[in-house]
This record gives sequence, structure tokens and C-alpha cells, in this order.
Amino acid sequence: MTLEQITFIILALIGLTSALMLIIQKNPVYSVLLLILHFFALAGFYLLLNAQFIAVLQILVYAGAIMVLFVFVIMLLNLSNEEALKDPFNLRKIIASIFGVVLILQFGVFFFIKAKDDLNVTISPNSIEAGSIKKISEVLFSTYLIPFEVTSFILLVGIIAAIVLAKRKFE
Amino acid sequence: MLTEFGKVLIFIFLAIIFVALAFIVNRLIRPARPTREKVLTYECGENPIGSPWIKFNVRFYVVALIFLLFDVEITLLIPWALVYKEYGVYGFIVGFLFLFILMLGMLYEWRKGDLDWVKPEVKPKDLKTVMEEFEKEYGKI
Repeated sequence: MTLEQITFIILALIGLTSALMLIIQKNPVYSVLLLILHFFALAGFYLLLNAQFIAVLQILVYAGAIMVLFVFVIMLLNLSNEEALKDPFNLRKIIASIFGVVLILQFGVFFFIKAKDDLNVTISPNSIEAGSIKKISEVLFSTYLIPFEVTSFILLVGIIAAIVLAKRKFE
Repeated sequence: MLTEFGKVLIFIFLAIIFVALAFIVNRLIRPARPTREKVLTYECGENPIGSPWIKFNVRFYVVALIFLLFDVEITLLIPWALVYKEYGVYGFIVGFLFLFILMLGMLYEWRKGDLDWVKPEVKPKDLKTVMEEFEKEYGKI
């Protein structure tokens, strides 16, 4: 086993256990903390794939900002009495388990029938260079300059929408 | 091959192992005789009052939402900050446009008053109203 495989297995263990614990956990605050751990494991996967910028994004945006939002929502909803919110009907659970079984079957088909021979993917040697932030910025400011500027418009729309919607909701 | 990120990963694992080992060794050596006072939540030596769940003020939520958007902006500025010197004036203009458009959002937020915190206004009562209130409560002086 190479070092990469060992790291992958450790990260996969961390990611899967934290995801499982997240769902099992009763306390929503613990769930949020486990989700942060899961995001860090995901960032590790991105690093293993030589996608440094995506890994930084993952930690900055997801583990940083989105988790702040989650914590806020949990604190706003005041979920200390979660049992009372439980759905008395089990219809939702039945539908969810049907979808879950379908998903597992899909994975099974994908891994054992369709992609049986394609799983040994080797990372190309210049992928470290391609995933570096410097390379991304060079592409971003030549080929994708207009999308870059348009992103700021999208963010502007997001800011205005957040202010307008939040105001209307709460006041 | 070990990249620089690999070194960071090893560092993280070592840090976790270090802390975990310290806790485990402490757990093994120390005497454990928990009483009710010892396991209570520490609240500056007072007995804890009420639930630790507090409802945040809703206006924090707006700030958090906008923080999320500006955080995305920061991630887009990281590649810009790395190369804008190489591009000279062109790079500066590109970044300026980007930041200017986002500044409009910031100004909108400012103008809408989401950055202002409403403070409770403290108005000291004048002597007359104090006297009136006193007389209402306790009769004429």
C-alpha cells in the first residue's frame, strides 16, 4: 500500500464515521460539529486529488461560513425539545428508506458491474501543477475573465436578496 | 511522494495524537472522584441558572448570511491576490471592478441599516416626573 492509499483510508474512515455519527446524533449542535469534521475530511480528499484550491474553498466556505449559518439556524430555532418536532407519521421514513435502497443499488451497479475495470485511476503527473492556485488564477484572468466579473454580480444579487428576504421574514 | 500538504497532514495527525495521549495519560494517573459540584457546568463559580440554549437575535442571522457571501468573495480574491502584480494595471482594474460591484452590495446593506444596532435609548427622567410618579405611588408628600 502506498502512502496515498493509507491516507485515503484514514480520511475515508474519518469522513464516514463523522457522517454516520452526524445522522445518529440527537443533539443538533453535536451534529454541526461532526459536519465540520466531515468537511475537513472532504478537504483532505480534494488535496489527495491535487485540487488545492477546491480544498481551500471547502474549508473557507463550507467549514467556515456555511457552518456559521447552520449554527445560527439551530440557535434560532431553539431545538432544545427536538422530540416534540418528530413526525408522528412514518410515511417519510418509508419513502426515505426506499430512496436509500435505490441509491445503494445504484452504487452497487456502478462499482461492481459498470466501473469494475476503471477504478484503478492514476493521477496524471502534471495534476499538481494544474490544481495549484496560481494556475487557476492564470486561467481565471485570461480565459474566464468575464465569468469572474459576472460572479461579483451574482454575489451582489445574493447580498441584496439576503437582506430583502431576511427583512421580510422577520419583521 | 510527500507534498507540502502531506507534511501538514502528518503535523495534524501528530497534533491529534499528542493531545489524545495527554488526555489518556491524565485519565490513567489522576484520581477520579466526581461529585455533583465537580461535574456541574462551570459558570464562574456560580450555580448554573437556566438552559444553555439561548435564542440569538434575528439580526445576527442577516449578518451571518451576508458574511457567507463575502466569504465566497474572499475565496475568489485569493487567486486574484496571487497574480495581480504580474498583470499590472490590468490586474488592478479587474480586481477593482470586482470589488466595486460587491461594494454596492455592502453600501446597500449599510443604507438599509442592517449594520446599525438598535441601542435602547436611556433617557434620564427629570425631577418633575420622578416626583409625580412618587406621589402616584405613595400619596402627597
